[in-house]
Amino acid sequence: MNRAIAILTILAFALFARAANAQLSIEITGSGANQIPIAVLQFAGESALPASISDIVEADLQRSGRFRMLYAGGVNPAPTDASQVNFADWRSRLADAMLIGGVRRLADGRFEVQFRLFDVPKQAQLGGVAYTLNAAQLRLTGHKIADYVYEKLIGERGVFSTRIAYIVKQQGRFELKVADADGQNAQTVLASPEPILSPSWSPDGTRLAYVSFQAKRPVVYVQDLVGGRQIPVANFRGSNSAPSWSPDGRQLAVVLSREGGSQIFLMNADGSNVRRLMQSPGIDTEPNFAPDGQSIYFTSDRGGSPQIYRVATSGGEATRVTFQGDYNVTPRISPDGKTLTYVARNSGRFQLTAMDLESKQVQTLTDTQRDESPSFAPNSRMVLYATEVGGRGVLAAVSSDGRYRQRLSVQAADVREPAWGPFMGN
Amino acid sequence: MKALHGIALAGLCAALVYGCGSKPTLEDGKAGVEERTPTAASRPTPPVTTTQPDAGDVSSRPVPPATAGANPLKDPNNILSKRSVFFEYDSDAIKEEFRPLLQAHAKYLSDNRGAKMLIQGNADERGSREYNIALGQRRADATKRMLVLLGAQESQIESASLGEEKPRCEEKTDACYAQNRRGDLLYGGEY
Repeated sequence: MNRAIAILTILAFALFARAANAQLSIEITGSGANQIPIAVLQFAGESALPASISDIVEADLQRSGRFRMLYAGGVNPAPTDASQVNFADWRSRLADAMLIGGVRRLADGRFEVQFRLFDVPKQAQLGGVAYTLNAAQLRLTGHKIADYVYEKLIGERGVFSTRIAYIVKQQGRFELKVADADGQNAQTVLASPEPILSPSWSPDGTRLAYVSFQAKRPVVYVQDLVGGRQIPVANFRGSNSAPSWSPDGRQLAVVLSREGGSQIFLMNADGSNVRRLMQSPGIDTEPNFAPDGQSIYFTSDRGGSPQIYRVATSGGEATRVTFQGDYNVTPRISPDGKTLTYVARNSGRFQLTAMDLESKQVQTLTDTQRDESPSFAPNSRMVLYATEVGGRGVLAAVSSDGRYRQRLSVQAADVREPAWGPFMGN
Repeated sequence: MKALHGIALAGLCAALVYGCGSKPTLEDGKAGVEERTPTAASRPTPPVTTTQPDAGDVSSRPVPPATAGANPLKDPNNILSKRSVFFEYDSDAIKEEFRPLLQAHAKYLSDNRGAKMLIQGNADERGSREYNIALGQRRADATKRMLVLLGAQESQIESASLGEEKPRCEEKTDACYAQNRRGDLLYGGEY
């Protein structure tokens, strides 16, 4: 069985090697110097699982752009212990790190998966964990192993076991979906013949706020991901839109037209205690709480063109943040508070842009035409956004320094409005 | 390498979906327009009127034309059946050519104090979806202000925005964008 899978893997490698190399040159632009060469070996006995867990780990690490995957097929039998590893051979193949593991079926039908991560030059074990899981937890366990490897080798938390939300438009229907960060395991949270937009995760990852047109005008709803209960939290006369959670999860910033124009209001997360944040003669929209909860970044055309401003959560005078160009919208602050990302119009192209908040240095992150809806990964390392390829909405991600890009493999007609969820649990 | 295999497959699927999906997009557009039938100026009498005589119920025959004639909001020959106001790029200024239309609706609202209206503002697809909701709101508000100025009661009219989410025209051309920068007037029962 193992041998058959190994042969299939080699065949698959041979078949896709050409296409894979072409893909590689596009996907990993300019970040090669920092990539850690790692070998992820097949886990011993993993053919007992419905899918290969080492494949899930390998795909995660590959997608992060921080690792160079070494070809690790054909090692038979797969090692499960340091004594079975030929470190000198792996060193000669320039591996810095290596992951091995084993899978065992338990008497109750569940599985035990254990892994060990090695520093190859030092021939030292960096760590290892054993998990007990059922078949439905296979992908999540793979993502957790990838998170472990990422954190050990990179020194910051991995985001492989987080989730993303996005909207799919297909044949006149709209679906709000939640999927694993790799686009797999997609679940429909809400399906409607009316548009859905601006999904926003509660900081604890249990609820989504979003805008739906099911009442024939924009209304802000909050929906429980577990029970599925949908509550209209902002349903005033006119338009209700652009929800953003405060970092403590107790408040929402929303945009209401109930007092004329589009203005930012704060409310409790259940819709109570609505109060206006400030008075503006123009459009104020797209509020986004800074991670310290002390200020809100937003888009306003009070100066004549849409620009990004910042105001204290307690209200008061707003400060202008962007000065280049005449169209800068959709501000999003990285969870570490260091970077502002937004969409700038450059000669008719709408491009994802990043500003270092300390140096105020501005960098265009993409070379696409119609970028929208940026959303930071919870470790601040990547920005997920929507763009258009061949007239269709797709999701893409770029590292915050613009060096690494990827297209997210969600199979759907028209995908938009991505929102990256928070870290979950431990 | 296995990971890359997955990505390549996903790309292929995306290409397939794109190829198959271009037709549904056009249908989406039609569906969107039909949904707003009451707002579209060019939409004639509903098909129900013509099917009714075929039902064989002789006694009901004279009724449909009388009903159609009695409702000025549905009569294609009446200016009140025209329900859309169009705007320039990044503008909420009401153009002079729409003044007679808004005058007629303001008079209708003034004469029929029980009538309620929802104005839906729309924007073309360029730029941020949320900013476009705000632009659509500004157009709906400007349309409402003009109707109130011309005699309608403030409380009769609600203005809201659909942003770029309900395009009447889905091509990426200036002519199409102009169709989508629009305010639609809907009376109670039409939304």
